[in-house]
Amino acid sequence: MAFAAFGTSAAPVEQAPRRKSRIALLLLAPGLAYLALFFLTPLVSLVMTSFQAPVEFGDVGQYQPAFKVENYAIVVEAYWPHFLRAFGYAIAATVFALLISYPLAYFIGVKARRWPLLQALMLVLVIAPFFISFLLRTLAWKALMSDESGIVVFLKSLSIIPEDGHLTGTAFSVIFGLTYNFIPFMTLPIYTTLERLDTRYLEAGSDLYASPASTFWRVTVPLSLPGVVSGTLLTFIPASGDYINASASFLGSAQTQMVGNAIEANFISLLNYPEAAALSVILMGVILLLVALYVRRTGTEDLL
Amino acid sequence: MAGGAFAEAGADLELVGIHKRFPGFTAIDDLDLRIPAGSFFALLGPSGCGKTTTLRLVAGLEQPTSGRILIGGKDVTDVKSFKRPVNTVFQSYALFPHMTVLENVAFGLRRRGISDATAKAHEALRLVELDHLATRKPQQLSGGQQQRVALARAVVNRPALLLLDEPLGALDLKLRRQMQLELKSIQTEVGLTFLHVTHDQEEAMTMADTVAVMNKGQIEQMGAPEELYELPRTAFVANFLGQSNLFTGRVTSSTGSSIVVETGGTKLEVPKERAQRHTGEVTIGVRPEKLMLHTSPPKKAAGVNVLGPGRVTDVSFSGVSTQYQIAIPGVGLVTVFAQNMVFGPVVNLGAEAWVAWTVDHGFGLVDEPEHAPRFAADTDTATIAVQTRHELLAEIEES
Repeated sequence: MAFAAFGTSAAPVEQAPRRKSRIALLLLAPGLAYLALFFLTPLVSLVMTSFQAPVEFGDVGQYQPAFKVENYAIVVEAYWPHFLRAFGYAIAATVFALLISYPLAYFIGVKARRWPLLQALMLVLVIAPFFISFLLRTLAWKALMSDESGIVVFLKSLSIIPEDGHLTGTAFSVIFGLTYNFIPFMTLPIYTTLERLDTRYLEAGSDLYASPASTFWRVTVPLSLPGVVSGTLLTFIPASGDYINASASFLGSAQTQMVGNAIEANFISLLNYPEAAALSVILMGVILLLVALYVRRTGTEDLL
Repeated sequence: MAGGAFAEAGADLELVGIHKRFPGFTAIDDLDLRIPAGSFFALLGPSGCGKTTTLRLVAGLEQPTSGRILIGGKDVTDVKSFKRPVNTVFQSYALFPHMTVLENVAFGLRRRGISDATAKAHEALRLVELDHLATRKPQQLSGGQQQRVALARAVVNRPALLLLDEPLGALDLKLRRQMQLELKSIQTEVGLTFLHVTHDQEEAMTMADTVAVMNKGQIEQMGAPEELYELPRTAFVANFLGQSNLFTGRVTSSTGSSIVVETGGTKLEVPKERAQRHTGEVTIGVRPEKLMLHTSPPKKAAGVNVLGPGRVTDVSFSGVSTQYQIAIPGVGLVTVFAQNMVFGPVVNLGAEAWVAWTVDHGFGLVDEPEHAPRFAADTDTATIAVQTRHELLAEIEES
């Protein structure tokens, strides 16, 4: 009896997913074509460029296909401080952005629930900076932190900054700029998870002898972890490749150059395409590795 | 640890002069309540009567506007919820979705730093027969299983007082009946004090030792389920706890043991000890299942009240019994529940019928009839139409 029942039901069960997968493939086709054209092709081209060698007796910027693996060794040797700075600054900016964004998102998403108008207003304020170009905003910070600005004069009068010191062109100003520019990317994903947080879980925690601090660490934080992970990724990945904040024309100087600046310089000014490409490939690889480790550590694999 | 002593047995709960005002309304108005240790106490009432607020006050999730809360003789009014020896089974269960069933159950024990929390959690899960699902996440369980996990999570802490906030509300009828019996047996087994909040009168009556009927932030009547059912004091209790036929009239005479009330030209007797008031305009009542339906005028006998003749206006079959509505001139609609001893209705729609009941089954209420207009026979549409017309005419005359 039972076997017969299995026998008859097996056939249609097997058919259904096949038909479904064909439709799914059809629906995926435009997306796959797009990815092949605009992601896979440039990626392959980039990897191939990274192995190119200069044309003998050719002009500056003339390269031919080759398999010059030394390009990678050369760029690591020449630019390892840039890599260190890039990941150091990006991690610092991510941590600061998280420390600022979490309380902000908690306030908007949980505490301000009773006042929807305030909630909406604060969300608008978080997004408002996007209405102005991020280059302009970064330049505005450059002006605010310049040696002539009131802030710097005031800090110098308090001897917080030495007489011959500067704010711009330091690691501080670069990390500050990165933090500032990525706060909305951190705040919004955390806000969306906290906004859905069921406060009855907090009451249950309190009912089960957990102090407010304990409830926060054991209930609120784990439940908002998906938002924290996506926020930190949205901050860390673009920040580690950023070349605006650290560039000398914005908040950085020659001593604060990140790997993004090195890539930009090699591509745009030095016309050293293979080295620029090799730097990009290494940057991408390291980011992928760090993100994979991070996601595994936080146990949020299903997000990817 | 937190909150001091945790009794192995339950502790009594005492509410003294509790008021709770929210902006715009008063949820609880001068509530005094004492629940003895080890009892299964049910707070019964319609939604918005203040029963859930009472529960939240005891749990410490709300602060009373005034009044004191004592658990086991100790004043806990100003004690934070996480330090009270109280646990709640929430209506929504509120199981932590990021933890396994076992971690959920062990949560309270771990926060209090109790040793071998895991072993105790397993033991509690065995009590609710869910130990085999300890490693699952709450979302992977059915509603009934989640309810049992919520119960285990609360019971495992051996609180002096266990609060149940309509925990069976989300379950279907059959599962609810099963859970009611299980809850009752667990309560007997662990010997804790249970405070159960519900709007389901059947649930309250089957489970609790003592039922308090709450209305508009106050307790209308409190007592054993049978006592409350057989002898309601107010019209609210008479109608919220089961159904009642209520009649109003003036007390015309009284004999040694009973009063005689004249309603719609008929004299009805009610035992004195079952009547709250013995003079003036009174409301008396009788439960529908206590009524006997007659198709011919029943013989006058001592100790029996007879109403009729009337017309059967509705017959509805409900399995165990059949419900008849009989319109009696001058009295209004009378409901009769008759056991289905034969196939089909005994009396047909439109037939002439009399109802009779033993005097001992009647009860007299405390309410002043004029303050309770719902006793007017306004249940049929014709009466409502007449009343509306009167109101409209009065309005036109005024203007």
